[in-house]
Amino acid sequence: MPSTTNNTTAGTFKAFLLRLVRRQIFIPVAALLILVLFNLIADPSFFAITLDQNSAGDPVFSGYLITILNNASELAILAIGMTLVTSASGGQDISVGSAIAIAGSVVLRVLCGTNSRPETLQAPIIVAFLVCCVVAMLFGAFNGILVSVFKIQPMVATLILFTAGRSIAAWINNNELPIISEVSFGYYGNFIPGIPIPTPIFIAVACMLVIALVLKFTNLGLYAQSVGINAEASRLNGINPTWIKFITYVILGLCVAVAGFIKVSRFSTLNYSVIAKDIEMDAILAVALGGNALSGGKFNMPASILGAYVIQFLTTTLFKFNVVSSALPAYKAIVVIVLVVLSAPLVRDKIAEVWKKIAPVKAVKEAN
Amino acid sequence: MQEGAVLQMRGICKYFPGVRALQDVDFTLREGDIHALMGENGAGKSTLIKVLTGVYPKDAGQIFMKGSEKPLSIKSPQDAQKLGISTVYQEITLCPNLTVAENMYIGRTKGALTNWKQINAGAAKILESLGIPAEPTQQLASCSIAVQQMVAIARAVDMDCKVLILDEPTSSLDEREVAKLFKLMLDLKARGVGIIFVTHFLDQVYEVCDRITVLRDGMLVGEYVIEDLPRVQLVSKMLGKELDDLSGMQKQETAAQEEVAQTPVLEAAQLVSTAGVKPFDFTIQKGEVNGFTGLLGSGRSECVRAIYGADRVTGGVVKMNGQRVKISKPLDAMKHGVSYLPEDRKRDGIVGDLSVRENIILSLQVMKGFFKPFTRAQAEAFADEYIKLLDIKTASTDTPIKSLSGGNQQKVILARQLLSNPVYLILDEPTRGIDVGTKVDIQKLVLKLAADGKSVTFISSETDEMLRTCSRLIVMRDRKVVGELRGSDLTQSKIMTTIAGGEE
Repeated sequence: MPSTTNNTTAGTFKAFLLRLVRRQIFIPVAALLILVLFNLIADPSFFAITLDQNSAGDPVFSGYLITILNNASELAILAIGMTLVTSASGGQDISVGSAIAIAGSVVLRVLCGTNSRPETLQAPIIVAFLVCCVVAMLFGAFNGILVSVFKIQPMVATLILFTAGRSIAAWINNNELPIISEVSFGYYGNFIPGIPIPTPIFIAVACMLVIALVLKFTNLGLYAQSVGINAEASRLNGINPTWIKFITYVILGLCVAVAGFIKVSRFSTLNYSVIAKDIEMDAILAVALGGNALSGGKFNMPASILGAYVIQFLTTTLFKFNVVSSALPAYKAIVVIVLVVLSAPLVRDKIAEVWKKIAPVKAVKEAN
Repeated sequence: MQEGAVLQMRGICKYFPGVRALQDVDFTLREGDIHALMGENGAGKSTLIKVLTGVYPKDAGQIFMKGSEKPLSIKSPQDAQKLGISTVYQEITLCPNLTVAENMYIGRTKGALTNWKQINAGAAKILESLGIPAEPTQQLASCSIAVQQMVAIARAVDMDCKVLILDEPTSSLDEREVAKLFKLMLDLKARGVGIIFVTHFLDQVYEVCDRITVLRDGMLVGEYVIEDLPRVQLVSKMLGKELDDLSGMQKQETAAQEEVAQTPVLEAAQLVSTAGVKPFDFTIQKGEVNGFTGLLGSGRSECVRAIYGADRVTGGVVKMNGQRVKISKPLDAMKHGVSYLPEDRKRDGIVGDLSVRENIILSLQVMKGFFKPFTRAQAEAFADEYIKLLDIKTASTDTPIKSLSGGNQQKVILARQLLSNPVYLILDEPTRGIDVGTKVDIQKLVLKLAADGKSVTFISSETDEMLRTCSRLIVMRDRKVVGELRGSDLTQSKIMTTIAGGEE
């Protein structure tokens, strides 16, 4: 052990490193550092941030880092809900992409009314947002009931909405693709005039603050973990596992609503079959990258959220190196396999063991 | 090989890491005998059967069957089946979505083509000859559990089985179905099949069996002809207490015997839950320690679970402090000051990956409410207090409970119950699988709680422990309450005679 050597500063440093390696958040942090390092070596200009003017003539920050932070917003918001669902129900919701299509479609429907190219908005934006929240939470509740009351495996239960969601989204707008010409609607997915930072970043930060407060001032975290680890023991201690599982799906529904709202605002329209495609897989990956067991139980919310940003970092890096977008998933898969295997507790224990073996030898050398 | 024996096991030993599951056990099954294999939990019954059916390899010993002079090696359940050893388990292991005939012949048809007509006719013949009320073309799931079990037996019979093992076949059957099953067993007995019958129900043993082999702690206690072994003897052999010793044994703690003031804390009348125990009455006084006793599977746990609302309560009236209350789920019970320590710590008690601290505060936290979490400092203070009070050995309050030893896990669960400050504690097997020192600590704690005016129901498989702590014992047999013992009746022998039922 490092602490037994006379070189105490090196010893404590190694003990500190060892503790760090064992921390759950170490994996996404390490992954992020590797990506940063890679980009630093390959092309330091990756990190350049410049103040440009956008098409509207407003000064805005631009650069890869800003792109990453901006584009990861929806994923980070979804990761919040997905983490809770995973923890309590021991499974994942694969319908979030389809549900985002529904949520976005609802926003357009409320704002456009029956006319797909309205001159003016038919309803205040806040109303559209609230209706979208209610609808997305209802669909979350649908998933939640299937999982908690009917005890269907989460992946199978959410497969229903995964399959049907995009058709429902198209049906909501009679299969038309409404376009909103009102400029202020675009503020939420792009920039508010005068503020050089993309709005989705603010929305994502707000969502993180809300979940941090919820976890601090309610027992949601304790109950969800307890139910995920041992539902029967939780029940005997007065927790209602059915209700807790259900509520996590409703919360994920709310996250879907916010993400969907950002998505439509980005383009002021939406394509039912393409919007948020495969985002459910990225959201699940974010949870896994955060070192959370996909079989449920204990979770680490900051690690999940960081996982979401790592995934976006990776995507953007690949884009920068001109990887064809059709080849992107293959590259992602390779990186993901490496990261997930490294984050498996089995491998981490082995690494820690090897580290322990190496450490004393080094310490002796240093002492000499 | 003994005359008339169909199966003989000699000197069977089986070790698991740190445990001697079987030690030098002999077992002989005769042709046309129904042979009960008896013993409390952990006695080695299932291990013996698993060795016989090739599920576990044996570490020592020999197995012979009629007609083979050399010892047999049974390496897999398939081997056992080829030798004519068939097992019917408590849970049906057939395919419920296939027909009765398909289930009887599955995996046994030769070639690619199957003549279903012939198979259905064959199945019909067997079913009729055994008097099993099922059609060959009927879907298995549409039959009652008893008939499904009989179909499993018919399959075994058709495979020319010489030894039939019935592992707790009656635990999910009602009386009528049990009678049908017994008739079938007697039919098979007349055909010369040797039957090994594993059950917890004493009445059933005395109804159909010819011989009894008793195991205890992995060792053979003895083999007896049923007429020579009265029920009381059987119970005493299973529990490992000689009757003579027992009658002389006096209560060590007089404190527990003291009459307690008669102020009922909880009264239940004709309480019944979905767990399948006959409706029962129950009362506990302030400051009283009482207990449920009976063999495993007699319904002890089901009774306390009904009181706590852990199983769905379907009838009965519960009063607390004279007021009628409705306890339909655990939270109701908790709010009325009832606390329950479940029998199976691992399955129902601990929340494994959560820390010791979170496990301790869980119950109180739930009662306090969803929107009022304890601060970290409050939680730490509670955890520290109870870790000190109960002397829980843990590296820190942050350690996951699953990494603690069994005894310390139990103390954490106890701490959780105590922290919620109940007026009435139900402790189901709080001392199971933990070391002697901790056992004594827990017994002392129970007596101290009672002295402080709390009421406790204490359940343990160890009768001495119950005698030391309880002032009143409710005796259960075959899922109903059969007696209540107090005062001078609280002796080992009296408990055993009551458990055994009436005789002597």
